Amino acid sequence: MIETAPIFLTLELAFLTTIILFFLSIPLARWISNKKNIFKTFAEVIVSLPLVLPPTVIGFYLLLAFSPTNSFGKFLENYFDVRLAFSFGGLLIGSVIYSLPFMVHPILSGLTSLPDSLEEASYSLGKTKTQTLLSVLLPNIKPSLLTGIVLTFAHTIGEFGVVLMIGGNIPGKTNVASIAVYDEVEALNYHNANIYAAVLIAISVTILFLLYFSNRKLQEVKIL
Amino acid sequence: MTYFSLQKRLHAADGILSLDVKCEIEDAAFISLYGASGAGKTSLLRMLAGFMQPDNGMIKVNDEVWFDSENKINIVPQRRSVGFVFQDYALFPNMNVEENILFALGKNDSKQIIEELLEMTGLRGLRNKKIQMLSGGQKQRVALARAVARKPKLLLLDEPLSAIDNEMRSNLQQTLLSIHSHYKVTAIIVSHDINEIVKLTSKTIHLKNGIIEEYAPPNEIFLNNSRAQNSLKGLFLSAEKNGSMYEVLLLTGEQVIKINCNEPDAKDLQKGDEIEVSFKGAPAFLRKL
Repeated sequence: MIETAPIFLTLELAFLTTIILFFLSIPLARWISNKKNIFKTFAEVIVSLPLVLPPTVIGFYLLLAFSPTNSFGKFLENYFDVRLAFSFGGLLIGSVIYSLPFMVHPILSGLTSLPDSLEEASYSLGKTKTQTLLSVLLPNIKPSLLTGIVLTFAHTIGEFGVVLMIGGNIPGKTNVASIAVYDEVEALNYHNANIYAAVLIAISVTILFLLYFSNRKLQEVKIL
Repeated sequence: MTYFSLQKRLHAADGILSLDVKCEIEDAAFISLYGASGAGKTSLLRMLAGFMQPDNGMIKVNDEVWFDSENKINIVPQRRSVGFVFQDYALFPNMNVEENILFALGKNDSKQIIEELLEMTGLRGLRNKKIQMLSGGQKQRVALARAVARKPKLLLLDEPLSAIDNEMRSNLQQTLLSIHSHYKVTAIIVSHDINEIVKLTSKTIHLKNGIIEEYAPPNEIFLNNSRAQNSLKGLFLSAEKNGSMYEVLLLTGEQVIKINCNEPDAKDLQKGDEIEVSFKGAPAFLRKL
């Protein structure tokens, strides 16, 4: 029989990553979508980096940063008694950075596709920036928000390189399903590897199906 | 009294346009803003609303300073008492007709004005309709009702009727007039339609290349003008010498007209220059079509 812990750990990681990124990406995308300047272009570059870099590169530098022998890691350990290397917390931070573009990009493209006049109309009606974001902008980019949520969740499930670099393979803590597949294959337990792999495929197909199905429904209702 | 004196360098399609305007508008007046596209009409409206920051100048509405570059005052659009009607309506697709208008009100405002506005704009039967289900004319009614729901001091209308067919347009003009007279709001409308300008507004700002060329009642600008009686304005196309006369091609409205003239005053006329042909002296021939 296989351990179910890696699958639940994967789902837990994906769930938390998605929640954190959702609340982080909305203000970030809003800031970038407003008038362009050089800082925002730079921010866009940083956000997109995980798309082009090998996950091992991000994992490697995060591992160095988290290591208690380096200043940032030492600072965390001395002042907060937190060690991020080879821990679930470290894994979570790695996933958040690695999946950042998958949440920010759909929200950003949703926001920039809205005509400026919607925002201006709301301002001229006396509404603050926050009220405008919550009552006017976000409700009109629901498909983009949904795409961001689902892609982030699915992408975190498929994460391997970053997890391997900073998480290692500690059962119940950092041993997620994608790593479990790798371990089982290395141990020549093809049967177990097969089960993990099949479960991952089933989850991913279900999620993507739900995404495309509900986005089609939303498109039918909404004509801008 | 609404007063503005504004300067702004704008990046227009054909280079830089220096907008430099100064004007005083009486309370509750209905003013039109007229001029060729690219003359700076929309920019002027956007600066009044606070969507665009002028380089220099001042905006004062009923002794309330909205913008003053010298004293570094620039009130945000939220705190200016402005209603803005956009050319593309800018209605919120996630709300129905009533919710769009209701959105203009604060928590403690009386909702009574909503009923009044639905009645005046003839939208009572459509209050629960989704925005996507409305025609262009109906959308613009919602946008108008939403813009006046807060009883703004200044109502700005950016070509609100340009995308609406003729019949609906004259209907909407009537609604605009009754809303204006009922709420006594100072209104500025951008329009290209001379009929509309004459019908709705008491004074016209004629903007040309960023400068106010005329500020007068529309009748004086467009009709019964002493210049207009025996002259024709249009765009110069070409001139060819024909004996002792010149054969000039002139574009006016949608028509190209050929006229025999004396030698044109200006030698360096270019295609597209604005010219005026006057018919003093020789009588013209008329024929009924």
